[in-house]
Amino acid sequence: MDIKVNVRETGSDAYVVELGGEIDVYTSPKVKDAITELIDQGHYNLVISLEKVRYIDSTGLGVLIGGLKRVREHGGSVNLVCTNPQIRKIFDITGLVKIFGIFDDEQTAQKALV
Amino acid sequence: MSGPSGGVATENESLETVELRIPSKPEWVAVARLTIAAIANRLPFSVEDIEDLKLAMAEACTYVIAASSEDSIEMTFETGSNFLRIRVRDRGAVRPEKAIQRPAGVSTEGLGIFLIQALMDEVEHTAEGETGGELIMTKCVGA
Repeated sequence: MDIKVNVRETGSDAYVVELGGEIDVYTSPKVKDAITELIDQGHYNLVISLEKVRYIDSTGLGVLIGGLKRVREHGGSVNLVCTNPQIRKIFDITGLVKIFGIFDDEQTAQKALV
Repeated sequence: MSGPSGGVATENESLETVELRIPSKPEWVAVARLTIAAIANRLPFSVEDIEDLKLAMAEACTYVIAASSEDSIEMTFETGSNFLRIRVRDRGAVRPEKAIQRPAGVSTEGLGIFLIQALMDEVEHTAEGETGGELIMTKCVGA
């Protein structure tokens, strides 16, 4: 089982967290660590790309929700990039489409950051 | 918990059974996911249905890991001609009914059990004593 986490700065006060692989109860702590580290460094505008994610479960969703909660405390926001229909379905079922901004590409997700 | 949508086996249909026991640790949940995908592939489930089954399976395991004091997770897969039923023992766990609630706002509580209910056609929990029991989830082909 694999999870890849790649963090990069965009040059517009936003960071992109590119995730790849499977996010579940075993791998989600690694994702949480990456997001927490960014927030602890004072970066509150994040784009999290799920384009290379093949699978996500409720623990993965919990990590994303936790990150969103923390950045909102500082007036920031988290936008997601996701075109995989199976993963979008999970956001639909859980109603998280109303909580996160979910976009088809990274550029649009960046532009939409508050 | 939720009602059947029809299509489950008749009383006379013989079931084929696979049993699996994994350590109650996060790193083993992927094995349960892969197992259910392999079993589901033997039935005419769609790719989307198999993804639903994998997620429901993982959520059940995650629930038992979090709520139960058992060292292992025992599960049984029963296949009929048009359905797959998974029984997950959760001895020592809290009642899933207590964890079930529609996710509201940014709360993550009960999200896993909520997903199981949303993705499976039939979900039931049989109680054994004060805590624990068996979580029974069924998915029908083409439901």
